[in-house]
Amino acid sequence: MADWNSEQRARDERLAAGSKIAEGKMVAPEHATALLEAVIRPGDRICLEGDNQKQADFLAACLAKADPKVLHDLHVVQSGIVLPEHIDLFEKGIARKLDFSYSGPQSHALPRALKSGKVELGAIHTYIELFARYVVDLTPHVALTVARSADREGNLYMGPNTEDSPSVIEATAFKQGVVVAQVNEVVDKLPRVDIPADRVDFVVAAPKPFYVEPLFTRDPASITDIQILAAMMAIKGIYAEYGIKRLNHGIGFNTAAIELLLPTYAEKLGLKGKIATHWALNPHPTLIPAIESGWVKQIHSFGSEVGMDAYMRARSDIYFTGRDGSMSSNRMYCQIAGLYATDLFIGSTLQIDLNGNSSTVTEDRIAGFGGAPNMGSDAHGRRHPSEPWLKAGREAVDGRPQVMRGRKLVVQLVESFSEKMVPVFVEKLDSLDLAEKLKLDLAPVMIYGDDVTHIVSEEGIANLLLCRTAEEREQAIRGIAGFTDVGRGRDRKMVEKLRERKIIRRPEDLDINPLDAQRSMLAARSIEDLMHWSGNLYDPPDKFRNW
Amino acid sequence: MQTLRFTHKAKSRLPGKKDEAIIGVVASGNLEILLERVLPGTDCEVEIATPLRGYEETWKAVVAEFVERSSPGGLRISINDGGARPDTVYLRLIQGSALMGAE
Repeated sequence: MADWNSEQRARDERLAAGSKIAEGKMVAPEHATALLEAVIRPGDRICLEGDNQKQADFLAACLAKADPKVLHDLHVVQSGIVLPEHIDLFEKGIARKLDFSYSGPQSHALPRALKSGKVELGAIHTYIELFARYVVDLTPHVALTVARSADREGNLYMGPNTEDSPSVIEATAFKQGVVVAQVNEVVDKLPRVDIPADRVDFVVAAPKPFYVEPLFTRDPASITDIQILAAMMAIKGIYAEYGIKRLNHGIGFNTAAIELLLPTYAEKLGLKGKIATHWALNPHPTLIPAIESGWVKQIHSFGSEVGMDAYMRARSDIYFTGRDGSMSSNRMYCQIAGLYATDLFIGSTLQIDLNGNSSTVTEDRIAGFGGAPNMGSDAHGRRHPSEPWLKAGREAVDGRPQVMRGRKLVVQLVESFSEKMVPVFVEKLDSLDLAEKLKLDLAPVMIYGDDVTHIVSEEGIANLLLCRTAEEREQAIRGIAGFTDVGRGRDRKMVEKLRERKIIRRPEDLDINPLDAQRSMLAARSIEDLMHWSGNLYDPPDKFRNW
Repeated sequence: MQTLRFTHKAKSRLPGKKDEAIIGVVASGNLEILLERVLPGTDCEVEIATPLRGYEETWKAVVAEFVERSSPGGLRISINDGGARPDTVYLRLIQGSALMGAE
């Protein structure tokens, strides 16, 4: 007789072992490590929920305390390697293999662990690529998730930080895996149910509320005139030119400058209602002035942001909110929105080569990808037209082919030099050397050059859609690379020709007055200004309160 | 502190009536620029006081690019550098010439 239900039985055994430590579904925090040792098996795929924001930090610490003789050779399949405990799992031999997306704060520790042989790397994914593999070949055996509260049945309330949880939990629960949730508190009645109880096996009330990284807060006080100049070019030379209404922004200061110029500079240009109305975007505090000035119609978010809860609750016309009034995020949906329903992605990067390939990997630093490669790519499955998409498609070809397709605008917004005079424009990405050193099958490239349509620096805009040869492309990039070696290596005659064809456009070509590139042009010049704009609904985290 | 001095012939004299302008601030990573319309014809002179040694070639390139694109004939420009990046220097220079060129 064929056995068709072995996974169910294995799951029942795990639950039975876990139940000895639990009371119903509830597990006391001091027994959490014992619970994990009971329900996880050596060699399991586990997702210890850490995104780029919320962290199952208590469960992470409990797992790192497990006995490596009991739990070893785990295969970690999670979007974020963020906490020191995530690295500890590998150092202690509890985990061996890793498939992930983003490593932010551990971006220096990770290459060290790779070199020492403690981490066997599967691949670095984009978020939805990893979520997709959860339902194909990387389904977790055990998911350790995190919620604001649970009720006694095990229903979970996540509030604004729903993030990755539905994707992780569905994949795990429906393929006979075990789901353990860390919660801040157990209550009688939840404000709303984000995850139904029959997908949750055990609940641990953690001694401290879970950690959330305020990842999307950019203090306007740190925005420079150079960033303002480049932002003005992006607004006038790209947003207005193509009529970009549906878009996604990266999280850097460069794009924060654009957000803060909408109610001032863009308003003066008469662009209100014509650009930047519909967003796939985290709740950036720097968008508050544009929202308050009536620029923004709606925003769907990947995750939340610390301090934005009350503001979002009070602006339900703008944000997606539950019946309880609090915002609801979903990283999977929002990433798909960025892929299929926006006409522009704009973000920053650390290195760009002469083909327009970009990378945030530098020597000894692997930050992972997060969502950028997905946001920053042309979705070949897209079939609905829009004006910006069609215009970009037309620019990419000569004449009118029988079959036309549009193009998503993928814009890299950079300064020619980053901190400490490190050039952003390079002949060869550090990523290639690192891949060789670490023997990776694939060098990490954030956005491939053939997906990039425009590069904006303080020197100008390079429109790569209009380039017809590799040489034109190279000179278009050199022509905006400022005083870097790559920029100074330009063929000046060819760059001037590209300028005549509007492949390169400088501030003066766009009629931008350099005297406008000043901080007084920003709608808010400090975190305190943002608070005032929000009617004091925005409650910035302490580390940003510097007044 | 190092002092660098570059002299150029611009393509034309910078139009405008202002005799003097100042832009920027003396601060780390920033710079202050004083522009004076005191030189004859298309002469242009740029003097830089910088705390960072070893960037002479970069300064030379930035000044040459500025003279080429902005034609600041007639200007003597004094720069008090606080270790600004070349892109910031260039922006301040064109801001300064825009100020001098204003009616």
